[in-house]
Amino acid sequence: MSAVIQWGGEVLAVDPVPWARAQMAFTLASHIILVPLGVSWACMTLVANWKAIRHDDQDALLLAQRWSKYMAVTFAVGAVTGTVLTFEFGLLWPKFMGKWGAAFGIPFSVEGLFFFLEAIFIALYIFGWKRLRPWPHFWTGVPIVVAGIGGTLSVVAANAWMNEPAGFTLNKAGEVVDVDPLKVFFNDAWPYEASHMLVAAYLVGGFLIASVYAAAMLKGRRDRYHRLGFLIPFTVAAIATPIQMAVGDTLARWVYNNEPTKFAAIELVPETDSDVPETLLGRLNDDGEVEGGIPIPGLASILSDPSEGTSTVVQGLDEFPADERPNTREVNTVHLAWDVMVGLGTLLFLLSAWYGLSWLFRRDMPRSRLFLWAASAAGVAGVLAMEAGWTVTEVGRQPWVVRDHMKVEDAATTNDGVWITFIAVVVIYLALATTVVLVLRSMSRRFREQAAVAAGGEGELVDDDSDTPYGPREQVRG
Amino acid sequence: MADAVAVVLFVAVSAYAVFGGADFGAGFWDLTAGGADRGARPRALIDHSIGPVWEANHVWLIFALVVLWTGFSEAFASITLTLFVPLTLVALGIVLRGASFAFRKSLFRTSQRRVFGALFASSSVLVPYCMGAIAGAIASGRVPAGGKAGDPWSSWVNPASIVGGLLAVSVGAYLAAVYLIWDARRLADDAMVEHFRRRALAAAVVAGVVAFVGIFVLHADAEYVFHGLASRGLPLVVLSALCGTASLVLLVRGAARGARLASIGAVASIVWAWGVAQWPYVLPEDLKVSAAAAPNPTLATLLVVFGVAAVVIVPSIALLYVLDQRSLLPEEAAD
Repeated sequence: MSAVIQWGGEVLAVDPVPWARAQMAFTLASHIILVPLGVSWACMTLVANWKAIRHDDQDALLLAQRWSKYMAVTFAVGAVTGTVLTFEFGLLWPKFMGKWGAAFGIPFSVEGLFFFLEAIFIALYIFGWKRLRPWPHFWTGVPIVVAGIGGTLSVVAANAWMNEPAGFTLNKAGEVVDVDPLKVFFNDAWPYEASHMLVAAYLVGGFLIASVYAAAMLKGRRDRYHRLGFLIPFTVAAIATPIQMAVGDTLARWVYNNEPTKFAAIELVPETDSDVPETLLGRLNDDGEVEGGIPIPGLASILSDPSEGTSTVVQGLDEFPADERPNTREVNTVHLAWDVMVGLGTLLFLLSAWYGLSWLFRRDMPRSRLFLWAASAAGVAGVLAMEAGWTVTEVGRQPWVVRDHMKVEDAATTNDGVWITFIAVVVIYLALATTVVLVLRSMSRRFREQAAVAAGGEGELVDDDSDTPYGPREQVRG
Repeated sequence: MADAVAVVLFVAVSAYAVFGGADFGAGFWDLTAGGADRGARPRALIDHSIGPVWEANHVWLIFALVVLWTGFSEAFASITLTLFVPLTLVALGIVLRGASFAFRKSLFRTSQRRVFGALFASSSVLVPYCMGAIAGAIASGRVPAGGKAGDPWSSWVNPASIVGGLLAVSVGAYLAAVYLIWDARRLADDAMVEHFRRRALAAAVVAGVVAFVGIFVLHADAEYVFHGLASRGLPLVVLSALCGTASLVLLVRGAARGARLASIGAVASIVWAWGVAQWPYVLPEDLKVSAAAAPNPTLATLLVVFGVAAVVIVPSIALLYVLDQRSLLPEEAAD
């Protein structure tokens, strides 16, 4: 009997490190999809709301009202997936939190403040539709936008700190004995990473929302309501895209100067050299040589430092001990993710340029179906580009959790049941994702039915504020 | 400064116990309300009460976790390392509850609502039980400090944890029932007032019995905390007992508002009694608050954030409550 238990224990006891990494990656990858909606949707809703009040525009008003309700659903789900991450920091990485919590926790305590504000003002905004006059109601939405920006800047401060740890003093035993909170928050990587993520939130959020209306227009719903639902978010995204290219380029150059191992992985550079080509696709084989791909001579060097041109030296992976840089598999992941991000980003830029030129010369959005097809794919493309960019920064930091100070394997829990929680989390999240999509679709269908009723069709009109999370109470009928 | 941050932490924990506990308790009454027809009215009342303030209550938990990991990192690491199983259950239960909260209002088909209702209700019992068990594990000194994991199972499956879990569930149910009486009265629904008054009394008696048995269990199983409760924590224990008795008397007499305040007092003072009894340890007899505390600048930052939160967030929440209570009254009168 005891032999059976022991055998069972051995089978069930699996090295927690890879599973902890997989679970953290999976839950973050899921949460990050909701982030752009939480950060930028409120801003677009307020644009519609503003238009509605200023020009007495009923279509814009309807749009703002419906958006605020979708937004509440996605925010509620984002709050849940965010809470899971809070637990996971401890459950999966107790040694990381135990040692670095005093520094790493600072940006999170600030973020908590913004999160609290955002939750309250989303509720106020939804309550306010029928309880406040138009302008005071509009202003209750503004703190949501501010909190979204503040929350992004705080969370990314924590991530940037992992890449560029600063603001702490260690004693001989390696314990944190002093902290400079401002240096932790405003670490060197923060301005670059935070602006990149903030613009990404507006870019991805804009394309994602616009893609729904582009798909509806393809189905023939080309009324003014759907047109507005497309134009507002797509314009936001189209403005964000060129800004993002400039911000991303600056960030890449900062990585070149400050995170050489990540940069070598991004550019697929095994050995230090000048005149380094920009390799599109391709991979590193087991012997550490570049295989396949399309090299563009000298471009990586030129982009790294345009003033030096092709003579710019790029440090290769061989400059660093093998256990202090990403391994071959991780390098290939980073490089592919980089290509995906830049490739999709370029396509989105071309799409934005098409839209911009059309406005410039014809004072209207492009009319072709090809444009609408592309726009309806842009939402998914934006999400993929964001996921890829996040993969670059996270996998590119490996094997470190706190760069040059703590390795991921030394941060993990010793609980050997993580593989079970990983499976449970995947199952629950898949169910959650399916339900989110179904619920948003059923809300949209119900909105249309209600509109038909209001226009004189059959059916019952319901007070539709109360069906929203954070919304006012339902009327209780005794 | 570490003491001040510990106080902030306990403010968050007791706020979560008082507000969040009632949310879980509402889920408990949802679970036990009976079949779809018989339970329809109590469920409608629960939905009505829980809706608008749910997330604000929940944020207390995140706040407490962030204060704990930033201010007392070593304690946080020890707790998460040892109590992996109950904390995972809490996290998953919160996902299910939160998702049900997000979706249930948007679903109109009874069958869909039923599935989400069941998830919501069962995780409402699971989560506070595990939280109480975690408190029991900490209080009984089963969470070792210094990067070693305690036993993954017996750390939270033991007499003190069972008492903690049952106490958390019954106290939540009691709080919720008292709040629901208040809401039912505002809606002038006498049948529901009576429904929840009976349940509040039952839950109060159960909580009282669990607490009474708990005294003996703690004496045997969590000596340090027991002696703390019997000495420096005694005034708070007495206050809690007085508040609890007062709320029972007020319930029987039908004074809902007074019962509500007294029940909040009973729960908050027992949470504080626990904190005082554990003093000066964050993990009894293993890790002192002062030893676990982060460097002073970090603690100062936490206090500043807490101060800003108090200045900015309290008025916002007040605004939300005002908007909720005031504007609905004429509509209800018209209904």
